[in-house]
Amino acid sequence: MITRADVEYVALLARLELNEEEKELYTRQLGKILEYASILQQLDTSEVPPTAHVLPLQNVFREDRVGEDLPVEEVLANAPDREGNYFKVPRII
Amino acid sequence: MQLCDLPAHELAKLLRNRKVSAEEICRSVLQRIDEVEKKTKAFITVDGEKALEQARRVDKKLKNGANLPPLAGMPVAIKDNICTKGLRTTCASKILANFVPPYNATVVEKLAAAEAVIIGKTNMDEFAMGSSTENSGFFPTRNPWDYSRVPGGSSGGSAAAVAAGESIYALGSDTGGSIRQPAAFCGVVGMKPTYGAVSRYGLVAFASSLDQIGPLTKDVTDCALVLNVIAGHDPRDSTSVPGERPDYTQFLKEDIRGLRIGIPREYLAEGLDSGVREVLEKACAVLKEAGAEVAETSLPHSAYALPTYYLIAPAEASSNLARYDGVRYGYRAEDVKDVLDMFKKTRSRGFGAEVKRRIMLGTYALSAGYYDAYYLKALQVRTLIKRDFDTAFTKFDVLLSPTSPTPAFLLGEKIDDPLKMYLSDIFTLAINLAGLPAVSVPGGFVDGLPVGVQFIGKPFAEGTLLHVAYAFEKRTEYTSRRPGLGR
Amino acid sequence: MYEAIIGLEVHVELKTRSKIFCASTTEFGGEPNTHVCPVCLGLPGVLPVVNKEVVDYAIRVALALNCDIARFCKFDRKNYYYPDLPKNYQISQYDLPLAKNGYLEIETANGSKRVGITRIHMEEDAGKLVHQGNITTTPYSLVDYNRTGVPLLEIVSEPDLRSPEEARAYLEKLRTIIQYTGVSDCKMEEGSLRCDANVSVRPVGSDALGTKTEIKNMNSFRALYRALAYEIDRQIAVLAEGGRVVQETRAWDEDRGVTVSMRSKEEAHDYRYFPDPDLVPLVIDEAWIERVRATLPELPDARRKRYIEDFGLSRYDATVLTSSKELGDYFEACIAAYPHPKTVANWVMGELARLLNAHNMDITASPVTPDQLASLLRLIDDGTISGKIAKTVFEDMFATRKDPATIVREKGLVQITDVDALSAVVDEVINANPKSVQDYKAGKEKALGFLVGQVMKATRGKANPALVNKLLKERLD
Repeated sequence: MITRADVEYVALLARLELNEEEKELYTRQLGKILEYASILQQLDTSEVPPTAHVLPLQNVFREDRVGEDLPVEEVLANAPDREGNYFKVPRII
Repeated sequence: MQLCDLPAHELAKLLRNRKVSAEEICRSVLQRIDEVEKKTKAFITVDGEKALEQARRVDKKLKNGANLPPLAGMPVAIKDNICTKGLRTTCASKILANFVPPYNATVVEKLAAAEAVIIGKTNMDEFAMGSSTENSGFFPTRNPWDYSRVPGGSSGGSAAAVAAGESIYALGSDTGGSIRQPAAFCGVVGMKPTYGAVSRYGLVAFASSLDQIGPLTKDVTDCALVLNVIAGHDPRDSTSVPGERPDYTQFLKEDIRGLRIGIPREYLAEGLDSGVREVLEKACAVLKEAGAEVAETSLPHSAYALPTYYLIAPAEASSNLARYDGVRYGYRAEDVKDVLDMFKKTRSRGFGAEVKRRIMLGTYALSAGYYDAYYLKALQVRTLIKRDFDTAFTKFDVLLSPTSPTPAFLLGEKIDDPLKMYLSDIFTLAINLAGLPAVSVPGGFVDGLPVGVQFIGKPFAEGTLLHVAYAFEKRTEYTSRRPGLGR
Repeated sequence: MYEAIIGLEVHVELKTRSKIFCASTTEFGGEPNTHVCPVCLGLPGVLPVVNKEVVDYAIRVALALNCDIARFCKFDRKNYYYPDLPKNYQISQYDLPLAKNGYLEIETANGSKRVGITRIHMEEDAGKLVHQGNITTTPYSLVDYNRTGVPLLEIVSEPDLRSPEEARAYLEKLRTIIQYTGVSDCKMEEGSLRCDANVSVRPVGSDALGTKTEIKNMNSFRALYRALAYEIDRQIAVLAEGGRVVQETRAWDEDRGVTVSMRSKEEAHDYRYFPDPDLVPLVIDEAWIERVRATLPELPDARRKRYIEDFGLSRYDATVLTSSKELGDYFEACIAAYPHPKTVANWVMGELARLLNAHNMDITASPVTPDQLASLLRLIDDGTISGKIAKTVFEDMFATRKDPATIVREKGLVQITDVDALSAVVDEVINANPKSVQDYKAGKEKALGFLVGQVMKATRGKANPALVNKLLKERLD
């Protein structure tokens, strides 16, 4: 079902770096879990609408009013690295 | 019994009658923490000084004749995935080990307005993913009734703290049973309100369409009091339901004659521990004797709840946890060559194994080519599961089941087999999928270990749940029992 | 022979006061990270709430672009990682966008052409990255999240455009229409209007579509034109040599005048769209749409039609005057005070435009008000000043903001119409220029012009030219 290549692709999408052991482990564990989940295929849901929200809520809005901003020191208080009032990150490419 | 072993409503009486001060209550709790915390390890952060300050403030107000809310001065422990401004909030993850939120969750603001005394932040399974608190990125919590056993999860720290008197009550979060199951394992009351009844603003998201914050308390009366504080519409949460919430204490009545209680036959199937089965049967007897009508019912799609949950929850989680990347807060890997490397190393080192597993599963379920077969399919089955409950509730007012198939298991017993661990939630998962309210109440003991029974209600029927739970509690004495704590 | 197939994907920043999902200000500029809150910063535990004004604005644009508006739509998460995206997903709309199937009309060399609009949807903007130098050579980058959460509309056209000219015309028309609705300033240089293009080529007569490339980083109308022209030529050259066009994203390099491949090996664009569980669906009923429709001003095409039909303006003039709402408003304010559209049009498109351009000003900053221009034109009509003098008065009005009457008075520019006074000057000029008089009498019409000029010179331009003409002719004929 799930192949090692699948696991590597998914890991990249999720920005996770897996070592050899983890790749093995996830290939096995995810495979088992997904088999379990393929049980759902037994059910005929062709006429069944999906429930994305259990609540019948719709059109929840706020007014276009400006509220308080976070003071810049609090914005950056948890920053692992900063320069002035910017967040600093390593090169992108 | 010490002060810290009493429920809030009794302490409130003592407080109002000046028999005891808020500071004394707080000291009692802090002393208990000193005594047993090294065994239970229920907390990630305890701020005793701040708590005493808050308690003294309440005492001062009382002295000046102020009319204070019912839970004023009561120590509360808050699960560490609920943001507390200025107080470290880690979600029991290395990736947020030093994160200090610059804002309060809405429920925390409500607690502050209710003059609560915040004792600290409790341990949990990392990012609420787990059923035993063994997935905490820091250390496991132990069950106060038997330190070789798990307290349940993911709100294990909150449940253990309440059971051990390390707090008077606590807040937890429930996505698939994370309040109810640990409440059952630790012999306390735990309620998951209807989805949308309590604001999620400030609750670090795991699965957005399933998460709810709820109370863990020593008894049903306290549960109603806490619900009064935390329930309510919040304009900052688009999924929070508008409208006034009732005064939940009005439902604390003992008369349940004519109440129709249904027991889903699928929940009594094989695999159920015989001791747990016995507890449930005894509970039925108590309820029948009280005049309720108890009968069997069916939730035909019960077997599909677990796979449905384990596709929807990880899918939403994989997206909710994408923000933990080391850029703006939390742990950041240093030895990196570029931003992509930083993302990968930060997340791989910062997240534990179970979190990574669920992120992988969720990412896969949403990825191109699989969305229809997995995620969308799960959303459709969810409709079927919800319909099962709707049908059952045309004939019954409340459903009843064991909270968990077994009592608390041993530390390490299930941690190596994720599927086995997932099965401990089979009675609680469907309720989150359907968005219904449910409460776990101490239902009995098996070999000295607490066993919980779960009442499930219609949407916004927290009142009915409190009613039947109160009636049940008054006819049994389980909520007055306390663990020995090895003292 | 090849033809080009072009589609444009335009992002428009909406100028609501607050962001799309939180109450932080959308104000442009500001010190880095001073316009953010826990929600747009993507802190753990936060939740989005939709700004109703954004939906209203979106419906406005959808109506102005003749779209079908969805009765039911929702927000979805578009999942990808980038440091300028705090949640590492963007809240956008995927399979149920706000509007579909619209169009607008552009002017081409062959007349009017309708360009289809596939869809319009709402989404949130990302932050800004600052690099030292070039993104590929910088050792680190800095992130400013002020812009995250600013509301955007994404407008996707059908691949109906066939040339860089058409593409440019489409973008200009789109900008004009949106400016009329008042939802955005649409300034490319400020980033409130952004444009990416999808380009492919195919042999003329073929039905199949060629492989398309996506072109990014075009920051002006000129860049759009140049980039498309370059890319079309590049693709044709590739095919002519027997090669195949690679489907990829290319960036326009303004300095070198070329498009450059942005192919990145590691990036997998699997966005894993799913409905955002933190937001509930939008249900838009007829009543809401009509409420918004009532707030729409007269749109460019309708206004242009009215100028042509009611004011008798040429299509060209009407197009220019309606190219910006403010310009049209100015024009109409002038006509309200001085009901001669063609004259007003000449002045607005002539003298006023010249001075505004020279000072790099927009009509909204015009130092001359519509009333003032109207006054000036009335002064010409009643003979107080000549048309020529009026031009210098106008320049003065522009420089000093003073009323024309004041300037005419202060500078003594009132036109001389007194017959006696002028006759005296005319006689002097006749006496001083016998040769020209002789030439005129001999039949050279031009000589009269010279004599008129001399009178104008003697009166420093203030003589009424028509009267001067008349007086000269009386004496000489």
